[in-house]
Amino acid sequence: MALCGGADRGSHSMDKSITLPPDEIFRNLENAKRFAIDIGGSLTKLAYYSTVQHQVAKVRSFDHSAKETDGDPLYEISVQEEITARLHFIKFENAYIETCLDFIKDHLVNTETKVIKATGGGAHKFKDLIEKKLKLKVDKEDEMTCLIKGCNFVLKNIPHEAFVYAKHADSEFRFQNTHPDIFPYMLINIGSGVSIVKVEAEDKFERIGGSSIGGGTFWGLGALLTKTKRFDELLQLASKGQHTNVDMLVKDIYGGAYGSLGLTGDLIASSFGKSATTDKEFSKEDMAKSLLHMISNDIGQLACLYAKLHNLTRVYFGGFFIRGHPVTMHTITYSINFFTKGEVQALFLRHEGYLGAIGAFLKGAEEDNPNQYSWEENYAGSSGLMSVSPELNPVQRARSGTFDMLEMDRLERQLVNLPLLQDATSYIPDTVDLTEDALAREYWLYCFEEALDGVVKRAIASQKDQPEAVERAEKFRQKYRHKLQTLRHQPFAYGSLTVRSLLDTREHCLNEFNFPDPYSKIKQKENDMALKYYLKVVKSVEELSWEQRQFTLAKGLLAGNVFDWGAKAVSDVLESDPEFGFEQAKQQLQERPWLVDAYNQWIERLKGPPHKCALFFVDNSGIDIILGVFPFIRELLIRGTEVVLASNSGPALNDVTNSELQILTERIAAMDPVIHAALREDRLALVQNGSSSPCLDLSRLDKVLATVIRERGTDLVIIEGMGRAIHTNYYAMLSCESLKLAVIKNSWLAERLGGKIFSVVFKYEVPSKAQEQH
Amino acid sequence: MDIGGTLVKLVYFEPKDITAEEEQEEVESLKSIRRYLTSHTAYGKTGIRDVHLELSDLILWGRKGNLHFIRFPTHELPAFLLMGRDKHFSSLHTTLCATGGGAFKYEDDFRTMANLQLLKLDELDCLIKGVMYIYSVVSSGPPECYYFEHPTDPERCEQKAYNLEDPYPLLLVNIGSGVSILAVYSKDNYKRVTGTSLGGGTFLGLCCLLTGCSTFEEALAMATEGESTCVDKLVRDIYGGDYERFGLPGWAVASSFGNMICKEKRDSVSKEDLARATLVTITNNIGSITRMCALNENIERVVFVGNFLRVNTLSMKLLSYALDYWSKGQLKALFLRHEGYFGAVGALLELPNPS
Repeated sequence: MALCGGADRGSHSMDKSITLPPDEIFRNLENAKRFAIDIGGSLTKLAYYSTVQHQVAKVRSFDHSAKETDGDPLYEISVQEEITARLHFIKFENAYIETCLDFIKDHLVNTETKVIKATGGGAHKFKDLIEKKLKLKVDKEDEMTCLIKGCNFVLKNIPHEAFVYAKHADSEFRFQNTHPDIFPYMLINIGSGVSIVKVEAEDKFERIGGSSIGGGTFWGLGALLTKTKRFDELLQLASKGQHTNVDMLVKDIYGGAYGSLGLTGDLIASSFGKSATTDKEFSKEDMAKSLLHMISNDIGQLACLYAKLHNLTRVYFGGFFIRGHPVTMHTITYSINFFTKGEVQALFLRHEGYLGAIGAFLKGAEEDNPNQYSWEENYAGSSGLMSVSPELNPVQRARSGTFDMLEMDRLERQLVNLPLLQDATSYIPDTVDLTEDALAREYWLYCFEEALDGVVKRAIASQKDQPEAVERAEKFRQKYRHKLQTLRHQPFAYGSLTVRSLLDTREHCLNEFNFPDPYSKIKQKENDMALKYYLKVVKSVEELSWEQRQFTLAKGLLAGNVFDWGAKAVSDVLESDPEFGFEQAKQQLQERPWLVDAYNQWIERLKGPPHKCALFFVDNSGIDIILGVFPFIRELLIRGTEVVLASNSGPALNDVTNSELQILTERIAAMDPVIHAALREDRLALVQNGSSSPCLDLSRLDKVLATVIRERGTDLVIIEGMGRAIHTNYYAMLSCESLKLAVIKNSWLAERLGGKIFSVVFKYEVPSKAQEQH
Repeated sequence: MDIGGTLVKLVYFEPKDITAEEEQEEVESLKSIRRYLTSHTAYGKTGIRDVHLELSDLILWGRKGNLHFIRFPTHELPAFLLMGRDKHFSSLHTTLCATGGGAFKYEDDFRTMANLQLLKLDELDCLIKGVMYIYSVVSSGPPECYYFEHPTDPERCEQKAYNLEDPYPLLLVNIGSGVSILAVYSKDNYKRVTGTSLGGGTFLGLCCLLTGCSTFEEALAMATEGESTCVDKLVRDIYGGDYERFGLPGWAVASSFGNMICKEKRDSVSKEDLARATLVTITNNIGSITRMCALNENIERVVFVGNFLRVNTLSMKLLSYALDYWSKGQLKALFLRHEGYFGAVGALLELPNPS
C-alpha cells in the first residue's frame, strides 16, 4: 500500500509519496497512548508509547520428586505472550501531517488518550488541525524544556549517542562512550537563532546565552544573496564554493601571516571583506560558502566563550542548522577546534532531531516514571542515522526525505556500570570498531550474511508446530539482510558498528518476528544430555592431584566453550555429528602454550589465599555450563570462594538464561552436596545480568547484580566465551583480578590474533596497583 | 601610516615653530608636501583630511605644531606611492613609520615604486600607544573619551565625557575591517583575547551585495533610514511577546535576517531595511562577543575604537545599549573621538627622534 502525500501546503515535496506502508511506520498504533508531537520548520516528529505483545519462551521445571525417568526432559518450554513497553518516534516532512493524522485517526483504538503534548515552533500553526483530526486536546510544552529532557534521555539510554565529526578521517563519525554521569554539559541549539543552555542536572538547566546569528541568518541572508530558496540547496551551494574569493584573509592584508600573533595567512580577517573593496560579481557558491563560514565561526566562537566562562567541556550541538549535515558539522567542528586550540570537542547527537519530541513525550508520561527505567534502542525498528547531506548518495537522500523512525524498548530493570571497572569513563566494551576497521567490517558483514540461511532454518525448526513460521522467518531474513545492506553503506547508522551490534541487531530482528528463542529446544536437549555426565566428570576430577585437577578444570572450562551454536565452525560439526562429545572437544583444543597463556600465573595465584568472591559471566548452555563451568566453580567454592553466576536475562543464541540456570542449578544441587550446601548457605548466587545479548557491555548491567557484586566484596571476575571475552571486554581493565577465557572458533579471527582455529585464550590479569603491592 | 584592510590612515605632524633659518634650509620637496597636505581637505577623489580631529599646538620632539589626520582607501595606495615618487618623498631625511598589515604587504612597493624604506611596527602595540598618547594630550575642546548616559532610554540617552585618567585594566575593541579585542593591563602589558571576522568589512561587504551601494557613507545613510525589525525575526515574532522562561524580551532579535527565509517578505523589503539589519547584526554580534570577553577577563571598562564607528552613532548607541542591558549595568562602553587613527599615531610616536 502506498499512501499518497496529500500535501497542500505548497511544499516542494508534494509529489512524494510515502514509500513505506504506513502500518510499518506507525507501528503498534492499536495500543498507542500518550501522544506527543514536535513540529519544526520543515519536519514533524511524532512520539507515542505503546505496548508490544510478543512471544517469549519460558522454562518451567517439572516436578522431579514425583517420578524420575531417564527419558523425561529436565524442564518444559512454553511460549507465552509477554507485554513490553515501547516508545515510537517517527519523523516526517510537514507536508505529510494531514495524511499522517488521518492514518492515525483511522487506526487509533485506545480511547483513554485525551491529550497530545506539543512542542516546536510549528505547534500552534497545526493546533486546530490536530485537534480536529485526532479529537485530542493539544497541550503545549516549552520547547527548551522538551529539548533538554530529550537530550538527557538519549545521552543516558543510548550508547554511542554522541559523536565527534571528522570529515577527513577514515570514519567520519567517532562515537563517544556513554559517560556514567552526563552532567554538566552545554547544549547549543542552532535553530533560526542560537540558544546556549547549561544543563547541570535532570531538572536543572539554564539558558546562559544565545545569538541571533543562526540557521535563519544563513537561510535568510543566503536567500537574499543567492536567490536560492531552500536551506538544503544553500548548503549544497556552499559545499561547492570558495570562500577565499569573498572573504578578506589575513594574507590579503598582511601579504602573509600575522606571525607575532600566530594568525595564519589563510585566516579570515573580514568576512565578505572583498565584496566591500572590489567591484566584481561574486558567484552564488562562493557567497554561500563565505556565509556558512561566517556563521559557523561566529557560533563556534561564542560557544567557546560560554564554555570557558562556565567551565564546561562537554558541548553538544543540535538544531536544524546541524541536523546531520556534514557541511555544517564540519565547519562547526573546525571553528570549535580553532577557538579552543583543541581543548573542547564539538559533539553531535545521533537522535538530535528527536530531542523535542522525546522531551514532550516524557513530559506527558511523567506518571509512568519513564526515567525510572533503562531503555534500549531497538535496532530492528529504528532507521538509524540518515544523512540529508546533498553530498551523500541519492538513495539515502530519497529515504531521508520520507520517514525516519526510532524505537526504544523499555527494559525491565535499571542498568548500571560494573562497579569493578577501573575507569568507567574510558571503558569501551567492543574490541574492534568495525566502523574504523574496513577489512574486519567486510569480513563480519559477509560472515553474518552467510550465516543468515542457517539462522532462518533454525528459527523455522524451533516452531515446527506453527505453519506460518516459514513466512515470518522469511520476513526476518529480509529485514536482517536489509539491515546488513544498510550497514555496508552506512556503518555508522547505529553508532559504532561492532560484532556485538551485528549480533544484537539479529536478536532484535528475530524478536520482531516472534522468534523469541530459536535455540530453546536445542538448549533443552543439550542440558539434559550434559547433566547425565555431571557426576562422572566431577568424580574423575576429584581423583586427580591438585595440580592436575586445576589443569583439567581449566581445560574442561575451555572445552565446554567449544560447544557454541553461535560459531559457524562449531554449529556445522554439531549439526552433522551430534555425538561430538566433551572428550573430543578437549582433544580439539590447542596444546599449551596457548595463544594467550597466563595459566602459570593463575596456578601460582591459586596456591595463595582463596578469593573472597568470584563473579562468573557464563556463556552457553549444555556442556559448557554443566560440565565446564560447574566443576570449575565447585573447586572455587571448596577453596572458600563465594561464587556469583551472572547469566543473561533474556535468550540469545544458545546462551544459558537466568531462568534456565535456576533449574539447572537446582538439579545439580540435587546430585551434588557441594553445590547444594553452597546454595543453601548462599555462597553460590545466581543473578541475571540484565542483557539479552551474546556479548557483554559492562557499562549496562542489572542494578541488582551491581549491588550483589559490591556487597560480596567481589575480587575476581571471570568472563567466558568469544562474545563476552573476545568480541567484547578483551581490553577491559578491571580493578580486581580477572580471567578472560575463550576458544577462538572462527579461523578469520584466530588468524587475526595470530593463531589457528580452536586457539585458546587464557588471559589472567591483575590490576597494576595490586601488582606493585605483591 | 596605518595601512589596514580597507583604509590607510595617515597622521602628519606639521611643525609650526619653524624659524626663518630653518625655512631657508628646508628642501623644496618638504615645503611642497606640507603645503599640499595642509592646504587641502580632500586629496584626489577619495582622500580626506578629518579637519575636525586636527590637534593644534602639540609639543612633539621638542617642536610645537599641529597633528593632521588623513585617510584614503587602501586600494588607492599605488596612486599614493606614485605621488610620493613625484613629490620626492625619498629625498627627505626622515623615516616613514608604518603599521597595519599593509606595512608588511606593501613594503616592497614602497621601496620599488617610491624609493621609500619603511619602519614596520606592530599594529596592536601602536594602537595602544596611540590611544594613551592622544588621551593624554587632548585637554581642550570636545572630550576625547565619552560614553552614552542612559543608553537603554532613548529619551534621556546623551553623550557624556568620561575620565580615563586611570585606564587599566581595560578591554580595547578595535573595529576595522575585522575586529580585534585586547585586554590591556598596563602601558606595556596587554594580550589579544580574540577577534572576529564579522567587522566593518562585513557590514560594508554585505551592504554592497544586498543594496548595490559602494561606500561606507552610503551604506550608513541607508541604515539610518531603514528599519531592521521587518528583516529580523524577533522574540515576539516567535513567542508573541517576551520569552519569560528565559528572561528574553520580545523586542530582542531571535534570528538576524530570520524573516528573509520567506519569499513574500524578501520581496517587500527595502534596501534601507537591509542595510539597517546588516548594521544591527554586525554591531550586536560585536557587542555580544565583547561582553563575553569582558566577563572572561573580568574587566568592566570597554573602549571601542576603529573606523567602523566613524560617523556611526547608530552603532555606538547600540553597543552602549547592548553592553548595559545584557550586563545589567555592569559594563560600560566608552568611545574615543579619534576612533580610527590610533594605530597611525602610535606609529608616528615610534619615529626616531628627528633632531
